[in-house]
Amino acid sequence: MSAGSRLENANPTIFQRSGERLLTATEEDEDAHDPIDDREIFDILSINDPEHPLSLEDLNVVEQVRVKVDDAESSVGVEFTPTIPHCSMATLIGLSIKVKLLRSLPDRFKIDVQITPGSHASEEAVNKQLADKERVAAALENSSLLEVVNQCLTSRSI
Amino acid sequence: MSLMLAERSCVYSMLINLMETREAELKGLGADFVFGFVQSMDGERDPRNLLLAFQIAKSIIHRGYDLGKFTEELFEVTSCYFPIDFTPPSNDPHGITKEDLIEALRAVLSGTPKFAEFVLPLIIEKLDSDVQSAKLDSLQTLTSCVSQYEHKDLAEFLEGLWTSLRREVFQTSSERIECAGLAALTALTSCLSRSVLNSDSEDSLSTFLDLVLTDCKHHLCEPDLKLVWPSAKLLQAACSASSRASHIITAAVMPALVEQYSSRTQCSHRRTLLEVVLRFIQSVTSSQSSENEESMFLAFRQSLCDMVFSALSETNSSLQITATTTLTSLAQQTGLLLDADIELAVDHLTRLLLTEEDEKVSVAVVSCAGALAELHPTIFISKFIPRLKKEMFSEPMEQDNNREASEKHSHHAVRQQCLSALAAVSIRPSVVQESTPVLLEVLSSAHAGSVGFSVEEVVLACRSLQKIAEQVQDTEETGRCFHELIIPRLLSLALQAALQGEGSSGRRSPLVEEVVLSAVVSVIGTSCSRLQPKLAEQTVARAVSLFLDGDVSFLPDNSFPSHIRLLKQPQRESWSQSQMVCLLMGCVCSLPRSVAVPQIEQLLSQLEEMSCTCTHPLSYTSAAKCFAGLVNKQSQGDSLDSLIQRTMKRVCGELDSTSSPTRSQAFTLMIWVAKGLLLRYHPLSTALTDKLFSLLDDADLGSMAAEGFSLLMSDSADVLNRGCHADLRIMYRQRFFSENSSKLVQGFNAAPQEKKSNYLKALSNIVNKLPKQVQITELPALLNLLLEALSCPDQGVQLSTLSCLEPVLIDPPPALIQQLEALFSRLLALVSSPTMSVKITSLRCIHALSRLPTHEIFPFRARVLKALARPLDDKKRRVRSEAVLARGEWYLVGSPGGR
Repeated sequence: MSAGSRLENANPTIFQRSGERLLTATEEDEDAHDPIDDREIFDILSINDPEHPLSLEDLNVVEQVRVKVDDAESSVGVEFTPTIPHCSMATLIGLSIKVKLLRSLPDRFKIDVQITPGSHASEEAVNKQLADKERVAAALENSSLLEVVNQCLTSRSI
Repeated sequence: MSLMLAERSCVYSMLINLMETREAELKGLGADFVFGFVQSMDGERDPRNLLLAFQIAKSIIHRGYDLGKFTEELFEVTSCYFPIDFTPPSNDPHGITKEDLIEALRAVLSGTPKFAEFVLPLIIEKLDSDVQSAKLDSLQTLTSCVSQYEHKDLAEFLEGLWTSLRREVFQTSSERIECAGLAALTALTSCLSRSVLNSDSEDSLSTFLDLVLTDCKHHLCEPDLKLVWPSAKLLQAACSASSRASHIITAAVMPALVEQYSSRTQCSHRRTLLEVVLRFIQSVTSSQSSENEESMFLAFRQSLCDMVFSALSETNSSLQITATTTLTSLAQQTGLLLDADIELAVDHLTRLLLTEEDEKVSVAVVSCAGALAELHPTIFISKFIPRLKKEMFSEPMEQDNNREASEKHSHHAVRQQCLSALAAVSIRPSVVQESTPVLLEVLSSAHAGSVGFSVEEVVLACRSLQKIAEQVQDTEETGRCFHELIIPRLLSLALQAALQGEGSSGRRSPLVEEVVLSAVVSVIGTSCSRLQPKLAEQTVARAVSLFLDGDVSFLPDNSFPSHIRLLKQPQRESWSQSQMVCLLMGCVCSLPRSVAVPQIEQLLSQLEEMSCTCTHPLSYTSAAKCFAGLVNKQSQGDSLDSLIQRTMKRVCGELDSTSSPTRSQAFTLMIWVAKGLLLRYHPLSTALTDKLFSLLDDADLGSMAAEGFSLLMSDSADVLNRGCHADLRIMYRQRFFSENSSKLVQGFNAAPQEKKSNYLKALSNIVNKLPKQVQITELPALLNLLLEALSCPDQGVQLSTLSCLEPVLIDPPPALIQQLEALFSRLLALVSSPTMSVKITSLRCIHALSRLPTHEIFPFRARVLKALARPLDDKKRRVRSEAVLARGEWYLVGSPGGR
């Protein structure tokens, strides 16, 4: 892995998972319409951290309260919190979140991924990169970058 | 090393032979033999030869050859391969795996304490490696080594080993390495525990444990509890090694944990600490040499109890759950808890049971109560059961405001908890004698209407009785309890309810409801299947005379009329009486085969009559099942054959006359008898199943016949299963399938278009129930038909075909790979089905296909991604989440970093 063998944050605090979403009667009902809600987006984001064998949820990088979706307006906003303020992986984590949402949501959605305000040293620069469509597209043309992103998005069901 | 590969192999084989036959002579050569061997294997590189060489080295060590001054040479010449790094070529014809080599080398390296001074530094060095497999191998080799060693072999390396083990667990990168590290620590500690102390030598176990405690104990007390788990795991690994080790560690650790617990206020911290304590109790239990040994927690009894009881009083559910598990573990420590502690525990459990709304907590409380009741039955008899009874029989408070609904709901929840707790605690016969009367009283009060129990609660009471019948220790005492009290009482209540029928008051007893009756059938069935032969004979004799002769003398509260004729009801008179036949089935069909059923001929003929003529579905179906259950157990012979032929003639006659009003009845009897015979491989079953195949074309019964195959192939809950001692061959499904699959294919091809779906439905009903291994081997022959079934408009057919394809797709047979184009186009079409379950299952199939070799599926990638964009916006969340999973995996197909 390009992250190298030395970990930046070798001993992160681990948070309790929120558990499986419980199935409701409406969701079983063939005719009812289930709107896309915050929890659903949050569940989509069970992405692996590039540094740890843990998901971003375990590390509190992504929290449900920082996920906002408006199904009717077709917009999604996600704020993520890097584990440490100088985490060099911040752009990569943001890119992975963005790619995961692009692959998982209908075309109609406008997807906005940002760093939680005040949680990272180069917050603005990273946000700018993530908002720039061209740069995101270019990044994904880069096969070594795509490789790391894909690794983050590989489910660990082994 | 100047010889060629084949010749070297020859040398090794010769040595192996000589060692088998000429051991004395070889040993006579002294250390020269070892030196010669060392020279001959030096530089060996071929894995086949290495396996042989390791085998020789192992024999040299184990059979006591004199190593002389060549110990280190023998070690060097073998240990240079450690850790093994070998990947067999993909087309390897010799089948040697890395694991074979690892095992063989490990047997050499760990074979003798003489190697200790060389191998231990080597292991410490290799543990520093970045290669995961090298770490794992080193840890496992260490574990294997120390099982042979004494403390003097280890003494000088203890610190180094500890440092490495601690690092592996503290900075663990994988669970396997962590486990291997902990296992090595346990092995190391147990090696030190075995050593005999001399007066002049230091106690190496306590020296070592001091080291462990110094490094780990303080982490249990750090304010952020960050390294608490790795430290606790290390301490527990050492703790579980021996009784002495656990004494030393618990004495050092428990006071600190107790103090920490009381000084913390956050629930999450308290829960972590309590879980650590729990693991200590569990790890100590595994090291205890005998059950009678005094618990080493005796000194901490009071503080542990305080801790658990305070946790049970918290409102945090995870803390409560951990506390119940800890309580169970404490109770299992011999002689630890006093009667007063158990009483307090029972109070806490009762309180939680009656008030707690969180389902997970309730489940934990119920299972804790079950474990405690097995150990301390008397307190449960005197306190727990009476309290639960009181709660269940109290009526919900009448309130006229709108809180009524929720009050009622919670009262129902309390009853539900009480009923399942009553079942959980009833393991000892003495408890069963107290708990079952309470459950029976629930039924009788519900029947009499004196206490308002809902139908659902009555069913739950029956389930609890059934669970007790299932789990209770099988003694004469409990057998009598069921035979003399419970079964007669159940029959009596059901009969009273049946005779009342609709009643004049318009109120109907819950005991005539079908759900309640089938729950009663399970109670009777389970208890009859476990009765001792003598009691079983008496029970069946009573039941048969009740149903054939109206003999009610054995029933309690006997105020029944004298002319009861349950099996011979005049037409349409009373379904509530005729459906009682299901209770007869529960009884006579679950008995062991050795128990003879009295008046069997008369019984069979009345059952046949009832099943062919009665118009009430539950009644005629139960009669048919009862008939089939009895036929299944009849001994082979002419009388059985003629009975079957007579029945078959009657049934086929009815079925052939399309205007008959009782064709459904005849069909039901036919299918159950077919099942009863098919299970035992009776040759006459074919005639009946062929009839079933022919009915697939029938205008009225066609789709029932297709469903009938599902009944034939699946286990039925109350009759003709293993639990009720049916004559059942394990391979009957495979056999039926292989004998009949071609009939289905032919029938399908010959059938008119509108009947084809019946064949597909029958096929998917059969294939669905086959073991996966058989599905895979049979699939190629049926693939075309299954693909056809996927485009069949019937959603039931689509769904069952998809669910039978899904498991096969994980490891698909080559025939399927040939048909990917057809498969993909059908599956992708089903993704837009109007039915949610079809969409979900087809998405799962598409997901499963993403794991096929990339070169096979890459051509479909773009098409799949495009087709899966639509279900991402489906109106149902469950469809969307399946689409997200599948599409995510398909993006990774053939992409860098993906699959």
